[in-house]
Formats: sequence, structure tokens, C-alpha cells
Amino acid sequence: MAEVNASIKKPNAFVAFFISIGAWFRAFPKRFVNFFKRLGLKIANWFKSLWRIVKEGNWKTRMSFVVMGFGCFAYGQWLRGALYLLLEVGFVLFMVFFGPPYLGKFGTLGTTLQGPLIDQNTGLQIGVTEGDDSLMILLFGVVTILFILIFAVLYFKQLRNAFANQERAEFGMPIDGTKDDVKNMLNKNFHTTILALPTLGIAVFTVIPLIFMILIAFTNYDYEHLTPGNLFTWVGFKNFAELFKFTGTSSMGQTFGKLLGWTLLWAVLSTVTTYIGGMILAILINYKGVRLKKVYRAFFVVTIAVPQFVSLLIISKFLDTQNGLINQLLKSWGWIDQNIKWLGETNLARLMVVVVNMWIGVPYSMLITSGILMNIPEELYESARIDGAGPVKTFFKITLPYMLFVTGPHLITQFVGNINNFNVIFLLTGGGPTSPDLRSPAGKTDLLITWLYDLTVNGEYPNYKLGSVIGILVFIVCAVLSLVVYGRTSSVKNEEDFQ
Amino acid sequence: MMTALLGLSQAAVTAMTIIFSLIIVVQVGVIGWLIIRHREHVAMTELGKPAKKKRYRSMKAKRITVLTIIHIVLTVLAIVWVLPFVYVVLHSFRANDPLSPFPAKIIPTEWTLDAWARLFNGKPEAYSDAKFAWVNFPRWWINTLVIACFSCVISTLFTLMTSYAFSRMRFKLRQPYMKLILILGMFPGFLGMIAVYNILVALNLNEGILKDVALVMVYSGSAGMGYYVSKGFFDTIPKALDESAKLDGASQAQIFTKITLPLSKPIIVYTALTAFMGPWMDFIFVKMICRGDTDYGTVALGLQTMLEREQFMTHWRLFCAGATMVAVPITVLFMFLQKYYVEGVTGGSVKG
Repeated sequence: MAEVNASIKKPNAFVAFFISIGAWFRAFPKRFVNFFKRLGLKIANWFKSLWRIVKEGNWKTRMSFVVMGFGCFAYGQWLRGALYLLLEVGFVLFMVFFGPPYLGKFGTLGTTLQGPLIDQNTGLQIGVTEGDDSLMILLFGVVTILFILIFAVLYFKQLRNAFANQERAEFGMPIDGTKDDVKNMLNKNFHTTILALPTLGIAVFTVIPLIFMILIAFTNYDYEHLTPGNLFTWVGFKNFAELFKFTGTSSMGQTFGKLLGWTLLWAVLSTVTTYIGGMILAILINYKGVRLKKVYRAFFVVTIAVPQFVSLLIISKFLDTQNGLINQLLKSWGWIDQNIKWLGETNLARLMVVVVNMWIGVPYSMLITSGILMNIPEELYESARIDGAGPVKTFFKITLPYMLFVTGPHLITQFVGNINNFNVIFLLTGGGPTSPDLRSPAGKTDLLITWLYDLTVNGEYPNYKLGSVIGILVFIVCAVLSLVVYGRTSSVKNEEDFQ
Repeated sequence: MMTALLGLSQAAVTAMTIIFSLIIVVQVGVIGWLIIRHREHVAMTELGKPAKKKRYRSMKAKRITVLTIIHIVLTVLAIVWVLPFVYVVLHSFRANDPLSPFPAKIIPTEWTLDAWARLFNGKPEAYSDAKFAWVNFPRWWINTLVIACFSCVISTLFTLMTSYAFSRMRFKLRQPYMKLILILGMFPGFLGMIAVYNILVALNLNEGILKDVALVMVYSGSAGMGYYVSKGFFDTIPKALDESAKLDGASQAQIFTKITLPLSKPIIVYTALTAFMGPWMDFIFVKMICRGDTDYGTVALGLQTMLEREQFMTHWRLFCAGATMVAVPITVLFMFLQKYYVEGVTGGSVKG
């Protein structure tokens, strides 16, 4: 209730939101400096403790510098010691057989171009000579660097472990044996046990690919530098500069600006229409006296269950200009003579994607809003009535602010989700219609995300470097929006209050 | 400036603005009106006794009118929402000239099981020459089912384990790790696809049936990042339960498996349901990993290739039958577990 009252005192949730964005940016330099201060302190401490281990460690501890896990073996921690030793063996093997070739060429991303391999006798080409593959160098360079970092952390950890064992032994304190380690894995260190595999998954399928793609933004990897036939190399911030070059009508800068504008417009339109549409639907279905509520709900919820590529492909075929069902129907009823280009004209196509998105998104938003609408406290309305507020005023002063307040985080998530709403645009229009004032392959309904897809995965002339720059910029937009909101959300701030 | 940026003419901008403000005004108007009606009704029933009998009767008449209108509107909307699907299902049974894929009638005049027979016999289509001519639908369907089951189990485990660690354990890197995942989640999903593909190739997971293993890994590998909803649920389970179990000598592992999980049925079902639906819905990663080799792909890949431009005419009815085969099981499953889904969605999105 306290929260609700607060929201009524300052009913304009949007103003509050923008103030908080400002606050976030004002606090940013301070946080930035603090971060480096703390980092510096940490590094200093790290060196201090390392020095202490060198100076005060006995031979067992010092042996751990060479043989990882020695300090564990020496004090009876067999399991730990074995794991550390295994890691060291793995690391040495990795660095002998795998890592260095990639790491060594990481600075240049390869210099030797592969060439034709000519058979000396016949003079015919029988294959290609082995050259450098920039893509592999970059990818496995990243893998190697990450592995070295992880190894370094664990190496330091086992040193500290050995030193701690030594100190405990000196003071006659008990040292955790293998049995205790196993027990702790299920109790005190249970988080390590259960996070190990998910973390590995995230590292391999999210972190490494993302680092790789971010680095691509600083190379010249595109259709002129496709591997393995060609090499690509570092170019610094050139791609960012290219994206912000505004000369010429279909320059990258112009295209980017236009697509960004449409993406934001789309995000606003689609969020607002589905949200309000869902609210209306929820109110209608939950209206007192409506029969068969569950059946109605089921009808709408079907759209969530049907895979979007099915429902959207169906709709896109319905809207087809030549053979589409809608045009056929309209013609057979005699309403139109000529086929309407539903997805072929800029403004109509843009309207259609918003409308179809309502078809897709309204049931979802209905599910979310219906519970909340029913929970608006009755007292609020009563007190408003006693104060003499009219129904319109009641709606704008109570219902809407309440809904916005409670579903605020959801709205922002939706907004960010719509900026990245790949399916609707890709499956319906594929980004089209194309236009001479946009650089190919961008089209008039393309969002940044579908443009990114065309540039990297789908296109005939892949332009990975720009795709990656766009990805980074999309990320920045989304991250700023979300971080501000999540920072404000009480569920994050007062996390412990719940428990 | 804004108009130039959007590439719209001034007139178009004006038209669109007018249309959308009209839509929004109408929507807001309807909401307002409905709420007023609703509140009036509540006020009437709360007062208990009607002030005047005549007024009461007119109110009742009004109410019946309102309810009728609402029912009509809801029915119309429900029809709009499901009509495309009904059309598709009916179309798969339609016997018609293959050259006009969209007859302007919703209910077929002649019925046939032809498309369904073609869908299930798994033989190459006689009249297509492309390599996509294989319509091996049963195989795609089973591929998808197997992939979905495996990735469902793995994802659910990963998600629940991550959420439990973040919700119940307190460790040094907890906050930074949670923030890191939040930030990682904001990058567009397929930005790193090329890298993922090359990693899978490096792991030799790009041949034959191993492609399906690769798909399972791609679908479930990063499942830990979706910890948000289930962590929110775990947070609401009272910590006192844990404490008392701890006093009885239970370890964290035991608390997780014996106390938290049995209390979390709704969220387990929600997580499993969304994870199970993932492979049926994805069409991006499967395209990247299988590269036109539909034999090891999911239904999404197969159905997509059916609608490629040159095959559209001949395969449209087949697509309709296939789409039905995909949509019906998922929808039925979804309907049964709807309660949990709604709980998960609302719980995860509106915790303010």
C-alpha cells in the first residue's frame, strides 16, 4: 500500500523515470573512477599476498609454484591436489599443441595467404597451400586468452591454498581433507557445484562468441575479406567512423539513422498498442457477468502456443500481393479491383507490421495485465469518489498510474524486446520494401536487428564488421534503458526484504 | 529532422499520427468507459438496496445491453484471432487446383487427405528438383521431439541450479555474476552466431546426427542466463524452512532437492514448458547449423524450406498440414499447463 500511495503523490511515472536516467548518468563518472580505484587496490593486494607467499612459504608451498597442487598433496588434500595437477597438465598440453599458433598471430590476424598448390608433374592445381585463417586465429586466440586468464586465477588460488595449509599446520589447526571437500561441495560450496556446468555453457555459447563478435567490430571482416581465401586484420575504430558518415543519400550513416528512427518508432508503437490492447481485452474478459471466461481466454492464448514462424509465415502468405488470401477475398467480394500491396509500400507495410504485431502480442499482454487490473484496491476508487472525482479523472489519476507503476518494469522489458523484435519483421516483410535511399540490403521496415541479421548471417554480401558495430550500438541502447530500470526496481534493491 | 530521419513524407507522417492517435484515443476511451461501467456496477451492488425501483430496472437493462455488446465484441475478436489457424487446418484437407493456393472460401468444397498422405509417406516429391524436395516430415518431427526433450531436461536443470545458487547461497561473486548475466542478455542473441558455429565445427559437431547434439547444446547451453523468473520464485519461499532443515543437519544439496524443488512445482513446469517449446519455435540456429540438410533438422527448418519462393505453390497445402502437426501438440500441451505459464509470466514480469 505504501508503494501505491507514493505513486499517487507523484502520479507522473514518466517524469520520475527520466529523472532517474539523469541521476544514473550523473553518478556514472564517480562510479567509473571508484571502479578503477578499487581495481587498483585489488591488484596491489594481490601482489602483496604473492610476495608474502614467496617470502614466508616453506619448501612445500614453494614447490606449488612449479607443481600445481603440491601444497595440497603435502597436507593430505588428495582430491584438490589431483584436480590442480590435472589442470596444470591440461594447460601445458594446451599451450604446447594448441594455443601458441593462434596467440602468436593474434596481433596481425595472420599474414600468410593461402595459395594454389600445384602438382609438380602435371602443372595442375590439386589443392591449396596452408595459409592463415584470420577467423580461426581470432576465435581461438580469444579462447586461449580466456583459458590463460582462468588458469592464472586458479594458479594463484592453489598458491594461496598451499600457504593457508602451511599456516594452519604451523598453528596446529585442522586442515580440510578430501572427505571434508566432498562434504563442502554439497553444502558450504554447493553454489560452485551447481554453477559449474551452467557457467561452462554460458562461457562457451555466450561469452566467447560475444567477445569474438565485439572484436570483429574492430576488424575489416566483410565479403571482401572472407576467410579462408582471404585475410582480415585490425582496423581500430574505422568501422564506427564509417557508420557515422552522413555524406551521400544512401550512405551508411543515413541508413543507420533512418533505421534507428524507425526502430524506436516501432518499439514505441508496438509496445503501446499491445499494452493498451491487452488491457482492453483483459477488462473485457474479466468484466463481471461475462460467461465462458476460460474459453475466451483459451482462444487468445492459442496464439502464444503456436510457434511464431508458423503463425507469421501464414499471415505473410495471406498478405501476399499476387496470391494472398486477403486480396483474393476482397476481390471476390468486389471491394477492390487491383491487388493491394500490403507489405510492398512503405507506410502500409509499417502499419501492417504494427497491426500483425498486435495480433501476436495482445494475448501475452492480456495474460499479464488481467491479474493486476483485478487487484487495484477498491479503496482508491471509493476515496476518489468521495472527493468528487469524475470517472475520466479517476481513470487517468488512478487506474492508469497504478497500472504503469506496477507494470513499469514489464513495459521497459517489452520496449527493449520490441527493439529486438526479430521474428515479426523478418517473417512478415523480411525488411522490405527496399528503397533507393537506404543502403542495400536494408529495407523500409528493417529494424536494426533484422538489418544486423542480413549483414551477418543471411546476406549475399556479408558485412560482419558493420553488423558487429550495429550489435554493439543496439546493446548500448538496451543496456542503458534496462540498467536504469532494473536499478530502480525495488525487487533488485530490496532483494533481501522478500526473504 | 525527425521526418527526414525516418524517410517518411510529411503527409504520411501526418496520416500515421492521426491514425495512431485515433487508435489510442479509441482504446483509452473504451477502457475508461468500461471501468466507469464496472465501478458503477460495483457501487450499485455494494449499496445493496436500489434507490428507486424504476432506476434499478433501467440499470439492469443497461447492464444486459453492455454485457451483450461485450460478448459480441469478444466473440468477434476471438474469431479474428483463431481464424487464420482454422483456415490453415481446413486448407490442409482441401482438394483444389494447386495453382491457386488461396481459394477465396474458408470451408473447402471438396475434401481430401492427399496432403496428409504426402506429409507422412516420407518420399521425395516427384515434381521438385531441389535438394529440399525431401519432405521427410515424420523424421523432422521426431528429430524435433528428441531435441526438445533433451534440451528441456538440460535447460531446466541449468536454470533451476543457477536460480537456486543466486537465490539461496551467498558468495563473493554473486552480485557481479548476476549483473554480468543481465548485461550479456542484452546483446542481440545471434550476434555471436558465427562464432558459435565455428566452435561447433571445432568440436566436430557438424556431421550427421552430431548436428542434433549441437542443436541441443545451442538450445540449452546458455540456459543458466534465464534464471530471473525462477530466482524470483525461489525468493518467495520462506527462508525459515531452510533454517529449520539446517538445524536438523540437512546440507544445502538436501535442502535444494528435498525442500525447495518439491515446493516449486509451478516454476519447474514453467521452465520446462518454455524450454520444451524453444526448439519447436527456433528457426534461426537450426538453419545455421544444418545448412539446408533437412534430414537432421527440426520441423522449423523443413517447414521454412517448403515456403521458399519456387516451392511455395506446390508445397503450400503440405505446409498447412505440417504446421497443424506442429501447432496442435504444442497448443494442447500449453493449454494443459497454461496455469503454470501464466503464473511464471506474471510472477516474472510484474514484481515491482
